[in-house]
Amino acid sequence: MFIGAIGCEPLQLRRVHLEHSRSLDVYRRNGGYEALKQVLDGMTPDAVINEVKKSALRGRGGAGFPTGMKWSFVPKDSPKARYVVCNADESEPGTFKDRYLMERDPHMLIEGMLIAAYALGARVNYIYTRGEYRYLINIMDEALDEARKANLLGEKILGTNFSCEIYTHTGAGAYICGEETALLSSLEGMRGHPRMKPPFPAVSGLYACPTVVNNVETLTAVPDIIKMGGEAYQKLGTEKSGGTKLWSVSGHVKRPGVYELPMGYDDMEKFIMEDCQGIAGGRQLKAVIPGGSSVYIMPASDILGKDVRMDYEGLVVAGSMVGSGGFMVMDGTVDVFETTKNLTEFYKHESCGWCTPCREGTDWLVKVFKRIADGEGRPEDAQLLLDICDNIEGKSFCPLGDAASWPIQSAIKKFPEDFKRHLLPLVAGAKEDAALSMV
Amino acid sequence: MSQQFLPDNPLPQEAKVPEEIARFSPAVEAEIDGHLAKYPPERRRSAMLPLMFIVQRERGWLDKPGVAYIANRLGVRITDVWETATFYSMIYTKPAGKYHVQICKTLSCKIMGAGNITEHCAQRLGIKPGETSADGKFTLSEVECLGSCGTAPMLQVGFDFHENLTTEKVDEILDACARGDYKFAVKVR
Repeated sequence: MFIGAIGCEPLQLRRVHLEHSRSLDVYRRNGGYEALKQVLDGMTPDAVINEVKKSALRGRGGAGFPTGMKWSFVPKDSPKARYVVCNADESEPGTFKDRYLMERDPHMLIEGMLIAAYALGARVNYIYTRGEYRYLINIMDEALDEARKANLLGEKILGTNFSCEIYTHTGAGAYICGEETALLSSLEGMRGHPRMKPPFPAVSGLYACPTVVNNVETLTAVPDIIKMGGEAYQKLGTEKSGGTKLWSVSGHVKRPGVYELPMGYDDMEKFIMEDCQGIAGGRQLKAVIPGGSSVYIMPASDILGKDVRMDYEGLVVAGSMVGSGGFMVMDGTVDVFETTKNLTEFYKHESCGWCTPCREGTDWLVKVFKRIADGEGRPEDAQLLLDICDNIEGKSFCPLGDAASWPIQSAIKKFPEDFKRHLLPLVAGAKEDAALSMV
Repeated sequence: MSQQFLPDNPLPQEAKVPEEIARFSPAVEAEIDGHLAKYPPERRRSAMLPLMFIVQRERGWLDKPGVAYIANRLGVRITDVWETATFYSMIYTKPAGKYHVQICKTLSCKIMGAGNITEHCAQRLGIKPGETSADGKFTLSEVECLGSCGTAPMLQVGFDFHENLTTEKVDEILDACARGDYKFAVKVR
């Protein structure tokens, strides 16, 4: 598997190929903890937040919310404790970038969290890692111990008045805990149900205290932003999408891997055909899900020859989203009906059951998919799927409902023939347009 | 919302403590103390999942004495522990095999041949996904995305990742488990 940067100098992936890259020693010898020193040497918390604002860094977990703005929502006058929580619950299908960041460069995450904690006045902080990534929790614990021994964690860090502690915390197999309020419920030892927003975590998060929840990739970008300055970091990308982005590439490409690209990389066709070395086995590209399973699927015709720019705005124009950057490539052997069924089963399994539209809706979606796959579908079933999606989208308590609906809506719209193939033979003599009249 | 779950409303002791409570060695108790120290004293409930994993490591699954232990240690009700346990797929509320073989079935793995791997495992072990072998050695599961999409297909035995699988590779792993000399690389701490 490839891990590296294309179209820019490696930033987040700068150290991943060094020997013993996860040791404090190697991290320090390669620029590590310089940003923390710079911050502690005289930057005010506001100055740190300002640099992050200027960097145009947007949340890398999926929602793409501007990080500096999220930080500035934390009330300055609150008498309560504040918390920085790292979201390392990486469970969006197709996404595996955080895993390699933590595996190969854990101190980069620690440094990013320390700077965030300094900016927000947080004393105790947590890294919430999905339970299946147990080996990463162990790696992070070792790195944290190393940092503690070197006075980079704990009381009076590096001889300053800044004291800060970071602990790991384990999830236990629930996709929904990647949603920030569900993550906080889980961190409090409860079922991973999302909470009503507002109040947003910045005001009332962990233990009802002001809390910032950021993705691993977001926090690991912070040391570089401080070192090179927010403006320089932004300029690596585009005006509204600053910096570089990690793309987790999987599926039918010759060279899957974690690719670091500048935001605004031109263009997606070149990325697939040259950087990822094209489709394996000389087959044709059929579809791409560019941002993890929750985004709209793109047919090859929307990519080839279309100069799709790879950043937040560019992908919206092209009819999809950056999401988490889980870039899944499918060749001509793939049946989009089957892949959509697969993802719908995922969402049904992972629906937390809290709200009715999502709990019942995803269950019904799977039932309809299953009966079509079993040869018992009805001509109107494609429309029925869309109707159910319409009853979930925008009506569920948290975004999981939308995430379950979008793949189906886009798959039926962009690949009607794959659905027709399953629906048409079912009804003797049915006309094609009867089967998919509303599609 | 979190307020209502604080253990500041103690129930009568007999409602909290059933007849049997799990006991652990001083070393394990110290380990558990270490986890509790991570959270504010009045927020001990946060240690729920870390403690459940330790109980599972020590007892194989989250059995009733284990639940009672956690309730006692965290100062919560037995039902609070069950309530949390039943939400999470990695918490075993019934016995699981010594080797829990978990095959990722989500999209990237699926299109890279996870179906063949599952079939192969099921055939070799003589059990279907969701079942545990009669000798208690193996549990076979199909699970959702484990973050190995670029190295698909993959499976986990316990917490160990096995990636870029072929049926030969699967045979090697299962053979080692069957002989009893499979070494778990990743352990719960």
